[in-house]
Amino acid sequence: MSVPADLDRRFREAAVAAGLVDVAYDLVDSPLGALFVAVSERGLCWISFGDEESEPSETLARRLGARVLRASRPVDPARRELSEYFEGRRREFGLPVDLGGLPAFQRSVLAELIRVPYGEVSTYGRLAARLGKPRAARAVGGALNRNPVPIVVPCHRIVGAGGSLVGYAGGLERKRALLELEAVGPAGA
Amino acid sequence: MSVPPFELFYREHREPVFAYLVRALGRDAAEDAFQETFLRALRAYPRLEHGRHLRAWVFTIAGRIALDEHRRRRPAGEAPEVAAFDAEPAYAELAPFTEGLPPTERAAVVLRYGYDLAYEDIGAVLGSSEEAARQAASSGVRRLRERRLQ
Repeated sequence: MSVPADLDRRFREAAVAAGLVDVAYDLVDSPLGALFVAVSERGLCWISFGDEESEPSETLARRLGARVLRASRPVDPARRELSEYFEGRRREFGLPVDLGGLPAFQRSVLAELIRVPYGEVSTYGRLAARLGKPRAARAVGGALNRNPVPIVVPCHRIVGAGGSLVGYAGGLERKRALLELEAVGPAGA
Repeated sequence: MSVPPFELFYREHREPVFAYLVRALGRDAAEDAFQETFLRALRAYPRLEHGRHLRAWVFTIAGRIALDEHRRRRPAGEAPEVAAFDAEPAYAELAPFTEGLPPTERAAVVLRYGYDLAYEDIGAVLGSSEEAARQAASSGVRRLRERRLQ
């Protein structure tokens, strides 16, 4: 017997209102396709490309707590800011980002990465140097590859030393699209 | 087996739990009981130590809520129809071991020894205090021991 949609929605809202959810997520439409967007009490904790729910849910459950529930309302501020970003009306995100549960090195890389401004690019080597670890470009690349909050923590703004796009967990096409949106120009050309 | 994300647990069990509650309570009361079942499950979820027997666990919660609702509806002094609930899948997986125990004791024993829940969480699931949950489990175990000696 299927659960009435209204009852399902009321349960999800009650769970959020009662503070019983570790991570709330929803699927958000974007010009790059569906995004899985998740927030904790401390902020935005996950964005991934595509509408697959199981794998990111399981990763989040291990990282931030097993009470991972799909609920639209807590995700609304992120949905709004992402929409403004994709429409070219937002250059900086105001949402706090929750990097809890990540290894310390990865957190330090991502915290530095957030400082690379809209419309600019940097390189793995420069990012490593800014962290005081100029030989750690490869490790920085690994940390970026596992960036749990792409777009908002802008790993798409990091390119190879020669300007090539190099790689992107969401695919090079998406990286190119994000850079073009920010009018960085044909990076990698 | 690790505890799955709540969303996956919820999606797997929401329909059979709802069907059970509709059978036990009727459509209108089932909606409140459904919400209460999964809110109690959410409250207790962080303390689960493994992901085994989750179906029996959530049906135990739903069964307890349905039983409370039946008691609330009945005139004082009349015994509740416990057997009707025992026949449901609420205790199915652990039924052979705890069969015949009073419902509260049975739920407390199952949650304590089947799911490793702390008494505080069992209290939250049963809608009672930590101490009441401890007493119910203890009394249930005593009853099972006596039964074994007979």
